[in-house]
Amino acid sequence: MSRALKNRLRATALWFATFLLMIVISVPGLWVVLSGFRPNREILAKPPVWIPEKLTLNNFAKIFGFGQDQVAIPVLEYFRNSLVIATTSTLIALIIGMAGGYAFARFRFRFKNTWFLGLMLFRTVPGIALSLPVFMLWSRLGIIDTKLGLIIVYVSLNVPFTIWLIDGFFRQIPGSLSEAAQVDGCTRWQAFWRIEFPLARSGIAAAGVFAFLTSWNEFALASQLTRSTDSKTLPVGLMDFTAQFTIDWAGMSAMAFIIIVPALILTFIVQKHLIAGLTFGGVKG
Amino acid sequence: MLRYLRTRQAKLTPILLLSPALLTMLFVVALPLLFSLYTSLTPYRLTRPETIETFIGLRNYMRLFSDPDFWSAFGRTILFLAIALNVEFLLGLGIALLINRITWGQRTLRTIMMFPMMFSPILVGFQFKFIFNDNIGILNNALQSLGITDQAIPWLVDAKLAMFSILFAEIWMSTSVFAILLLAGLFAMPRDPLEAAKVDGCNSWQVFRHITLPFIMPFAFIAMTIRSLDVARAYDIVSVMTGGGPAGRTELLWTLIARTGYENTRMGQANAMAYVSTILSIAFTYFFFTKLVAARRYMGGAE
Repeated sequence: MSRALKNRLRATALWFATFLLMIVISVPGLWVVLSGFRPNREILAKPPVWIPEKLTLNNFAKIFGFGQDQVAIPVLEYFRNSLVIATTSTLIALIIGMAGGYAFARFRFRFKNTWFLGLMLFRTVPGIALSLPVFMLWSRLGIIDTKLGLIIVYVSLNVPFTIWLIDGFFRQIPGSLSEAAQVDGCTRWQAFWRIEFPLARSGIAAAGVFAFLTSWNEFALASQLTRSTDSKTLPVGLMDFTAQFTIDWAGMSAMAFIIIVPALILTFIVQKHLIAGLTFGGVKG
Repeated sequence: MLRYLRTRQAKLTPILLLSPALLTMLFVVALPLLFSLYTSLTPYRLTRPETIETFIGLRNYMRLFSDPDFWSAFGRTILFLAIALNVEFLLGLGIALLINRITWGQRTLRTIMMFPMMFSPILVGFQFKFIFNDNIGILNNALQSLGITDQAIPWLVDAKLAMFSILFAEIWMSTSVFAILLLAGLFAMPRDPLEAAKVDGCNSWQVFRHITLPFIMPFAFIAMTIRSLDVARAYDIVSVMTGGGPAGRTELLWTLIARTGYENTRMGQANAMAYVSTILSIAFTYFFFTKLVAARRYMGGAE
């Protein structure tokens, strides 16, 4: 076999493998999204309808309560709860995480690695295991089924990982920059806000997005700590569909679409910084 | 005196900066865990609140360790994690090597690969419940339309197939964590040692085994650590896809906790189980984190 042909074959094999990979990754999601725009009748049809005859927004109108036939699931409320809970807990976790990450990146102190590991070990407690005592304590405190109750839990869920990421981003900025500013008369506080914070800003935003998505996507704790429209989030709301006798696949797909879209957009915006933060914080001790 | 104060301040600052984080973890995780430990020593039932005051020692744990249902869920969880993590690592490595060799559209591919990572586990579960549905799922429809089978394969009804489907969903969701971090490792790799090895006559397997692999191992451990922080999210997938069924054959430790605690209201027993699962998670994370630190030291990156 000639060398050129061999190279040609190899390139084709690479191309084919990549193509296959992308199909496996993207088809499941795309199928759900497509189903969100099809009538339930078509999804249930036997023999299956492969090419949709026409796409419709009816499912979205239905779950949001417009139009004649409605679904008894208050998606709009869930959406609002998710947004409020995820945003608030992210902001608080970012503030706490910035302080903590800065401490790990810029100071030497005793048992530094142990502290870091300890924080991570708190994060590793399974959501469902943590939900048991939190459920009991929150009911005693009267904050079960409130947004506040969930926000507190999500802050603690996000703090360790936010620290990991932000620590990585601050490390990428040479410490000499802020020292130079301090020599020139800035206080450490000013040096932080004027020099280090602007440089780490995109990284901190990436950490924020990660925290937001963790809260946005969380299910194990939310499913036990929420009961009503006061605090139920979208992932918990999705399960409302399966509780009914027949599954409304189209409605569920439409709701899935609503959960996916913000996640995809945010991921797309920050992916570069996110990878940088994960690897830098991890590799350079 | 001033100098003394200043050094003292320098020592206190990191503690001060860390204190909000520590306080949060203390109140929202550590205290509940202590409460959980106490509850696991009582016969507490949600329906009989006074039972929380009865102290029964380790009886919950004893009952747990003699319960075959617990052991089968425990064994299944370990098996599940072992298969999932190994397959995810190997697939992730393969994907990273593949994309590393591709010359066009690398960034786009990397972005697409990131998406499963950002999916809500509950969505991944729903998505595959939909796909694997024996009646209307795209998979069975495709198999039947292509004439591969004329029967509806009971993906989520048969115990073995259901376990396979759940593993598939889990692997679909988490492989990208490995792929992305290993790819970052490949990108960061210096070219010189590779070329030197080729000049010295190493074949591509030797180069991979002795140069590439050791270099990207720390990245694999980062991925493992990140994954082990969140192993229990398989709970979400299982609760949507099968709810532990058929007949408890896909029950993992985490779904068993939820069933015992909330459905059967046996909180004491559930807390004992939760403790076992917490220790399991901590052991996983601790193991991979120490590996990560060791790999880092090996790379000379440590302080």
